[in-house]
Amino acid sequence: MEQIGLQHILFVSISLFFIGVYGFLTRRNLITMLMSIELILNSVNLNFIAFNKYLWAGKLDGVFFTIFIIAIAASEAAVAIAIIINLYRSHKSIDVESASEMKY
Amino acid sequence: MDGRTIIFYMLAALTLGSGLLAVTARKIFRSAIFLLFSLIGIAGFYFWLQYEFIAAVQIVVYVGGIVVLIIFSIFLTQQAGTELPNPPLRRIVFSVLASLFGLVFSWMLVSQHPFQTSSAQPMDPSVANIGSMMLSVNDSGYALPFELVSILLLAAMIGCIVIAIKSKQEMPTPAGMVETKTVLKQETPAEPETVS
Repeated sequence: MEQIGLQHILFVSISLFFIGVYGFLTRRNLITMLMSIELILNSVNLNFIAFNKYLWAGKLDGVFFTIFIIAIAASEAAVAIAIIINLYRSHKSIDVESASEMKY
Repeated sequence: MDGRTIIFYMLAALTLGSGLLAVTARKIFRSAIFLLFSLIGIAGFYFWLQYEFIAAVQIVVYVGGIVVLIIFSIFLTQQAGTELPNPPLRRIVFSVLASLFGLVFSWMLVSQHPFQTSSAQPMDPSVANIGSMMLSVNDSGYALPFELVSILLLAAMIGCIVIAIKSKQEMPTPAGMVETKTVLKQETPAEPETVS
């Protein structure tokens, strides 16, 4: 058995990214789409941390990118849920098909 | 096969398995719970890589914050226990094809790329180092992004309050729908902040 290296972690994060992409493409409920976006953001964070650990251990750049991505993801989730709740109040549904009038 | 390897494979199975269940579960509440386990698996990866501070931030912000927020919004907007409708077969087939193609393509790119490891002295990712770099204004400091993120968080907070606030004159008639639409329009000032 070979030693666990960068490639193994990259495989995990790529798989998680495309699991999120699959969920984003198939789901039509706004909350589950938001969950898929969270999965995608987490795979990117894992990528940053793995690169920082194995390739640029002398710096902390990946750590800072991860911290800022987590902060932005938190504010994004909060704003998205506020929009979803407001949409539910006016349309009684959070399906993306019923929210088409926000396009124009 | 040592313990480190075994733990890696267990974490990978936990993260990917519950991630896959989170995007395919028929009940939205179970989907949120599987997302919770997937995020815990990611935090385990951070512990495994010995970035303890990031792991703690991941647990506090994601598991303690975002998932709880998602579960609250499920309670507010969804009738508990109702199953989500099955997506059409055509959409499932094409989504699987697109995801598998992307997975294989990026994995071929990554597996053939020779990564150059640095021989620099590893920097300790302790809280003291992270804190002093985050507030330093030197070349390697992160004071400017720190300030930008704090402004972004303030803008997001005000934006959430403005969007989700319930107007007093709201009625269940179509007049009420017009009322909420005017509230919806007010979220546009906060939108460019979140995109940047």
